[in-house]
Formats: sequence, C-alpha cells, structure tokens
Amino acid sequence: MHKGVARGTRFRPFIGSLFWALTPLYATVLALLVGAVMLLLLGVNPLQAYSAMVSGAFGSSNALADTLVKATPLLFVGLGICIAFRGGVLNIGGEGQLVAGAVAATAVALSLSHWPGWAIIPLCLTVGFLAGAIWGGIAGVLKAYLNVNEILSTIMLNMIAVQGMNFLLRGPLMDPMQVEAGSFIPQTARFSVTTDLPRLVPTRLHAGTALAVLLAVLVYIFLWRTTIGYRIRAVGLNPDASRAAGINVERYMMLSLILGGALAGLGGAVQVLGLHHRMFTDGSATGFTGGAGFNGIVAALFGKLHPLGTIPASILFGALIVGANQMQRAVQVPSSFITALNGLVVVFVVGSDILSRRRARRAVGQA
Amino acid sequence: MDTKRGILLLMVFATLFLLVGCPSAPSPTPMPTATPTTPPKPFRVAVVMPSAINDLAFSQSMYDALVAIQNKMGKDKFEFAYSDGMFVVDDAAAAIRDYATKGYDLVIAHGSQYGSSLVEIAPDFPNTSFAWGTTVDTFTDKGINNVFAYEARSEQGGYVLGVIAAKLSKSGVIGVIGPIETGDAKLYVDGFRAGVLATNPDAQVNVNWTGSFSDVALASEAAQTHINAGADTLTGTAQMVVGAIGVAKEKGVLWFGTQSDQASLAPNIVVACQVYDWTVVLDEMINLIKGGTRGGKAFAITLANKGLTIKYNPGYTVPDDVKSLASETIQGIVDGSISVKVE
Amino acid sequence: MIAQLFSLTTLIGVLTAGIRLATPYLYATIGETLGQRSGLVNLGVDGIMLMGAYAAFFVTFKTGNLVLGLLVATMVGGLLGLVMAFFSVTLRAEQGITGIGVYLFGLGMSNLLFRKTLGTVETVSGFPPIHIPFLSDIPVLGPIFFSHNILVYGAFALVPVSWFLLNKTTLGLKIRAVGDNPKAADSLGVSVAGVRYFTEIVGGMLEGIAGASLSIALLNVFQENLTSGMGFIAVALVYFGGWRSVGALAGAILFSMVNALQLWLQVIGIRIPPDFAIMMPYVLTIVVLAFTAQRVRAPAALSKPFERGEG
Repeated sequence: MHKGVARGTRFRPFIGSLFWALTPLYATVLALLVGAVMLLLLGVNPLQAYSAMVSGAFGSSNALADTLVKATPLLFVGLGICIAFRGGVLNIGGEGQLVAGAVAATAVALSLSHWPGWAIIPLCLTVGFLAGAIWGGIAGVLKAYLNVNEILSTIMLNMIAVQGMNFLLRGPLMDPMQVEAGSFIPQTARFSVTTDLPRLVPTRLHAGTALAVLLAVLVYIFLWRTTIGYRIRAVGLNPDASRAAGINVERYMMLSLILGGALAGLGGAVQVLGLHHRMFTDGSATGFTGGAGFNGIVAALFGKLHPLGTIPASILFGALIVGANQMQRAVQVPSSFITALNGLVVVFVVGSDILSRRRARRAVGQA
Repeated sequence: MDTKRGILLLMVFATLFLLVGCPSAPSPTPMPTATPTTPPKPFRVAVVMPSAINDLAFSQSMYDALVAIQNKMGKDKFEFAYSDGMFVVDDAAAAIRDYATKGYDLVIAHGSQYGSSLVEIAPDFPNTSFAWGTTVDTFTDKGINNVFAYEARSEQGGYVLGVIAAKLSKSGVIGVIGPIETGDAKLYVDGFRAGVLATNPDAQVNVNWTGSFSDVALASEAAQTHINAGADTLTGTAQMVVGAIGVAKEKGVLWFGTQSDQASLAPNIVVACQVYDWTVVLDEMINLIKGGTRGGKAFAITLANKGLTIKYNPGYTVPDDVKSLASETIQGIVDGSISVKVE
Repeated sequence: MIAQLFSLTTLIGVLTAGIRLATPYLYATIGETLGQRSGLVNLGVDGIMLMGAYAAFFVTFKTGNLVLGLLVATMVGGLLGLVMAFFSVTLRAEQGITGIGVYLFGLGMSNLLFRKTLGTVETVSGFPPIHIPFLSDIPVLGPIFFSHNILVYGAFALVPVSWFLLNKTTLGLKIRAVGDNPKAADSLGVSVAGVRYFTEIVGGMLEGIAGASLSIALLNVFQENLTSGMGFIAVALVYFGGWRSVGALAGAILFSMVNALQLWLQVIGIRIPPDFAIMMPYVLTIVVLAFTAQRVRAPAALSKPFERGEG
C-alpha cells in the first residue's frame, strides 16, 4: 500500500521506523509502570517483582523454552485470526477450536497407539486440523447461508465444545485406570510415546513451535501470493466492491472462518502431542488452552494482523504470561494481579497503536 | 508506516532479545541450600492449586492445613509458598518445576489435572519430594520414587451426611448440585446418595450437574429447581455452591457442605459439613521426608484417620438420635462394617 | 417422568427461573446494544460486570445500604465505559482487542480487590422480593411474574425505555445515525465522538448494574469470577436480538428459559448425559437464530473508528 514510502529510505528513516515499530514495547513498559504502582500498594517491591518477571521469561534455557512453548498456541490461533480478520470476520471461537482439534487428535492417538510415529503424528495433526476446520466451518456455514453472526456462533460453539470435551473425557475417552482405581479423574491415558512430537533441545520445547513458525510463512504466502488469499483480503477490505467484482463474498468469509478454525485446531493437536501427551479437563476450556483462544487474537493484533508479525507478538505475549507467573511466585502476590496486569498491557498496547498510525499518515503525506 | 518493514524490524528485535536474554543467565538458579546458617533450616513446602485459597472448598482446605502446620511447628521451622488460581495446567507445570528448582523440600501439586506434568518433572529433581492429589497414583510403576499421592475418601463423609440428610428431610426429596461428574465430586455425590438410600430407601435424590466449577448463578438456579421439585434438603460440591447456599438460606432449606466448613455463610440452615483436614497426611509426609523417604506412598484422608471430619454447625440443633446414628455410621465405616461403594 | 416435565410446577419453575436468570443478561445486552447502535463493539462486558458486582457487594457489605451499593456499581460501570470510549473513540484503537483487555483487567482486578478487602466469601441480604398486592396473589401468574425483586423489574422495564430512547427520541436518532453513517451525521453537526462517549458510558453503567443484579439481588455473594462468562453470552445476545431491545429481550428469555429447562430435565431424571443437557441453551440459541435470522443489517459503521476527513 505504502510502497512509495518504503522506496528510497535512508538511514534516518530506518531508525525512525525501528523506533515506531517498537511502540507495543513502550506501551508494555508503560502498563508495567502502572502495575508497579499497584505492586507498591500491595506492599511489594516492584523492582524485585519485575526482575523476577524478566528472568522468569528469559533467564534460563528452561524459562526461554517455557516462553516459546507458551507462545506456540498463541501463534497458531493468531495465524487463524490473521486470515479471519483479513477476511472481515471476527473469530472469537479459538478456545472451542483448540479443544475440538485436541480432542479429535486425542481420539486418534489413543485408538491407533500401535502405529509408528512417522504415520501417527501426521495423522493426528491432520485430524486436529480437520476438526478445527469443521468447528470453525460450522460458524462459517451459519454465517454464509443462514446469516448467523459469527461472534454469536463462535461464543456459543466455545461452550458447546467444552461440554462435548467433558462428556468424552469422563466417559468414552477416560483412562481405564481411573475407573479401576475409583478416582474418576477426567483425563485420558497417556498416549503412546510414538505420538510425542520430537523435542528440539532438552527442555519442554517441542517441534510444534517450529511447525507454527513454518505455518506463519505459509500463511503469509497464502494471503499475499495466491489468488484465494488475495480475494480473502479483498472481501475483508471492501465487501461491496468485491461483490461488484464478482467475488462470492459469503463463500470467502466462510473460507476464512474454516481456515482460522483449522489452524487453531492444529494448535490444539500440537498442544496434546507436544506438551501434555494426554487430554484432560478441569471443566472449562481455559485449563487446557490457557486462554490462548483469546490471547491469540491479541497476539495477532499486536502483530498488525501480519502472519510474520504475529511471531514476535506471540513471543512477547508468551513471555509476559510466563514471566508474570514467575513474578507471582517470587513475591507471592495473588494470581489475579497477573490477570489484571495482563489486561492493562493489552489495553495500553492497543491504545498506543494510534501513535504509529499517525506517523504513518504523516509519512504518506510527505511522500 | 511501512508495515512490512516494521514487522521485519520487530522480528529482528525479538531475535536479539532472545539471544541477549539467553546467555545472560546461563545456569539454572543455584539451590538456596548454600545458606550457611547454623540453626536447622526450616522445612519448606510449596503448593500449586487450581482455584483461590479462599474458595471455601478444595484449595482452601489445603491452604488452611498448611497454615495450621505452620502455627504448630513455628514460622522458623516451617515455611510455605503458594501459587493459587493455577487452573491453566502448563502454567501450573512451570510453577511446580520452578519451586523444585528453588530447593523446596516438598512441592505439592494440589490438583488431579497436574499429574501428567508431574510425571515429567519429578525425575529431574530426585532430591525433591513431590505430592500429587487427589489421586492414588505415585508413579512407582514408572520408576519414579519421589512422588507421594494423596486423596480424600470423600464418599465416606458423603455417606454420613447422606444418612443425616435422610433422617432430617421431611419431604424425602433431596437435591444435590455438582460441577461435572468426575473425581472428588463424583465420589462425594455417590457416597451421599448411597447414605440417603441406605437410611430411607424411598427417598428421592435428584442430582444436578452444572458443567462448571465456577458458575455461581447456575448453581443458585439449580438449588431453586431442586426446591421447586420438592427438595427440603440440599448438598453440593465445588466452589460455585456458595450460590446454592444463598438460595437455601433464603428459602430455609437445610444444607450439607463438603471440603471446607461453610457454616459461616448461613448459620441457621447449614447442618453439618464434611471438612478436609490434610494435616494428617502432610504430617506423615513431612516425617517420612525428614527420615529420608521421598515418595512412593499413597495416602488418603478418611474418617478413620480423622482427615475427614463431620463438623456440626453449632447454630443448628441436630436431634440426639440422629447424631448417635451418625456416630454409629462413622464407626461402621471406620471398622469396615459399612462399605461405601461408588459406581 | 415425562408427565412430570409438563406439570404446572415445572412450568412455573421454568418460567420463573427464566425471568430471574434473564435479568443480568437484559441489563448487559441492552447496554451493549446501545453502544453497538452507535458503532462501538465492547467485548469487555464480562469484566465490567465483574467490577460492578464487586463494587456493589463491597459497598453493601460495609454499609448495609443496597441503594448505595447499586449506585457505586453504576458509577464503576460508567467509569469503565468511559475508559472503553476513550480507547475506542479518542485513540481509535481496535475495539475487539480493547474489550479483551478490559475483560482481563476486570476479571483480575475484581478478584484482587475481593482478596484484599474481604478475604473470604461473605453474604449480604440483597434486594428483597417485592410483594405487589393482588398481582402477586394471582395463581400461576403471580409467582411467575410478580414475585421478584426491584432489579428484575428494572431489567424488564429497561426494554421499552431503551426502545423508546432509540426509536422515538432525537438522541436515539443521533445514536443510530452515528452508527450507520458517522460522516453524514458529522456533516449535520452531530458530535460523533460525543454520542459514542454517551452510549458507551451509559452502556457501562448498565453492565455495572448487571453485575450488581447478581451480587446484591439474585445471588447475594461475591466470589472470584462470579459472572463465569455471562458477559460474553450477553454480547452474543446483541447479535441474536439484531440490535433491537425487543430482540435482546427475546434472546435473554430464550437462553435463560432453556437453561432453566435443562436443570429441570436433570432433576426429573431424564436419561441424557448432563453434558448434553448443559449444551442445550447454547445449541438452541444458534438453531433458533439460524431459522429466524432475517437479513438484519448491522449498524454500518460498527467497530469502525471515525475520524473527520477520512474516506
């Protein structure tokens, strides 16, 4: 869009754009300053708290791995959000789609436990992808053919997915050992080790993270280098003009919901195969997803709805969550403080966006 | 702004951030065992819990036990740290690992959903003891010997409360409110139902599952539904039952609680609560750890070891014959003449 | 068993419960509808409800004054509405995301304050049911419609009031104009920002009252995450209602009654797994909308920030 600006940039504008590209970071720091006041009110030394936060997110190879592991589902969901948002639909069904993908992958992993890894892992991932596609697709079909708003349907589908998960985990999929021991914990047996995603280094970091990064590149190519991707973006930018140009707007909105769901579903499958190696429930989706269905939306927006931008944004957000939890342990504040701080960061970052946009407009004006 | 360039720069920066962050603190935090103090160092416990320490239910029962032990042993001999609200399992896993790294003597994973994380963490810290509840699995079959397991035989107290409820209910209709039909909640509800039916085979026990541990409004509405269906006695489990207790109070129907003492919420209608007292198992674990045993043993709080107690609300007078029947029932469960079956 | 389902007791139970449960949804949904009619999406409803619920409970617990509690909850809600408006209107931030931030903030903050100021679950005596002479004594209808507390009646009174405001007043005309075509409204001298600030603050107030209706009228307790996601359902119901007050009423009643019905199904002992019973209100809301959804047009400028001189 602003190609004219990019052309002929010299050193000073480079520093300038570096400065402005980092506005989310300044906003985060500002939010943490507000958090520092709250910490003082709680009788906690903010310096001690925040140094624990930084070392908790980046301070050791384990911490770093935890950050990346936390960022992984955010990236999967965030990539789906990039497609959906670009296609003009607001998919807030990430939670349900993660669950759908995870449960489907779980069912396959448990029933084909004798298969070798090279066959079972791709199969589980595919099944998770498809389950997410179906879960997102329900919202897509409802929107395209029955005029049911996707915000409503995805909120409801989240709840439906959770109840479906609860039913399966306390029934057909429950670990037989739980029934035998009489403890009835709603979780499956551990999957066969053949289904474990390879670990990258001796930490919790698994191949799913690499897969997510690879997908980010693919989604970028899809959105900017293919006709379908172009049409999805066209529909999102201007549905009326797209319709006039002969694009079936409803069908492309449906497609973007399907793809968004599929990526989240794949993320769910990666979570069970790479991290938990079994499925469990605490009655809600969050126990399993960690709220990635919502935080992924935030990550995508932080990344300016660009698949590649979503990568650092997910890492930033993952680091924030992991570091904040470390801070909770170091200074023993209630975990609800972390949730509130998280909210502050989101609000500040999204609010700071105006600064970079203002500058962008000035730049356009000069050009 | 040139979005693409901006994003590229953001990525470069993130990479730098990671590269710089990594080597600046290369080794895991050293164990704080190096403190060269002469007095015996305190016994240090860390606990990771799914809900809040003031939930009047599962997490609070553990928090209260740790406070009680600290009061008994003294702050200089017993320290504990907690992370509550850790319902996100991978956050809990990180917390467990972190506490182990910090050299706590005992790290308690107070949630059955934490098991799969613990089985991965425990082997990395052979000198740390872990405890996992509620479960019976100590992972000894996996070659792990530093994990204790603990559970609450909540069906036992449930049975006793069921007996009392059957005696006190005039309509013979009793309502039960639970979260999802699994684990501790299922054991309690099954035990309660068995107790009611053993005492009054004609009684009707209606059960409502709300599908959530936190939906207070739905729990409250479930209580209304039970009362409309003729129930004059209610019980329920999980933290959302505070909503149901409110309805019971307003309508003047009897309430039986479990996990923590809930009498303070409705002093006139709470009859009795099954209270979890984890100090029984924690004391034993601490002694074993001090003696060099780090795990491999499964504990249970039961009526027999007084980890489960039936606490009557002093504000509500239970007839003596019912009380003595309850004591007989407790005795029967303790000596094995009554066995509480769960389906 | 099935016969029991169609008995009078069940019918009265379901309808009464439906009306009670619909109360918080009505306040929150109508509040959100106001905002959306002027072009603002607020996904932070649940967070605002939680803050309202906490504020109302805390004030009532400390002073025993229910009206004061309600007032403070309204103010807290309005304040958070103002924050939403500042970010959405003045800073033109992406509204869906601001809402998620406000939700997280409200969820964490309400619980943090609860921990620090109350420490443990307490109860208050909330707004009592109002006995209306004659009306409350009518058999069947009396208990269903006339056995409730003031906030329940208030929620239902809000439906015609908000309808009148949106459709019969100049202000309503301005709100709709700003939501549909802010550029035209602006050229006619309507302050787009002013109208949007107004709807968001009033919407926040109503969402605060929605929270208060839980903590000091219906449940009379406060606990961590008291709303348990009700605010999100309320947002969904705005779409169900097609941005109209009456539609919001229909959605809230449908959702709540099916929820009450599924509780009855379980109590009566119909042999379906409880998980499927619990799913019912969510499934039926979608299904009903799928069959009834007209081509309702959303406010054209919904979620689009407005700036003078922009195309």
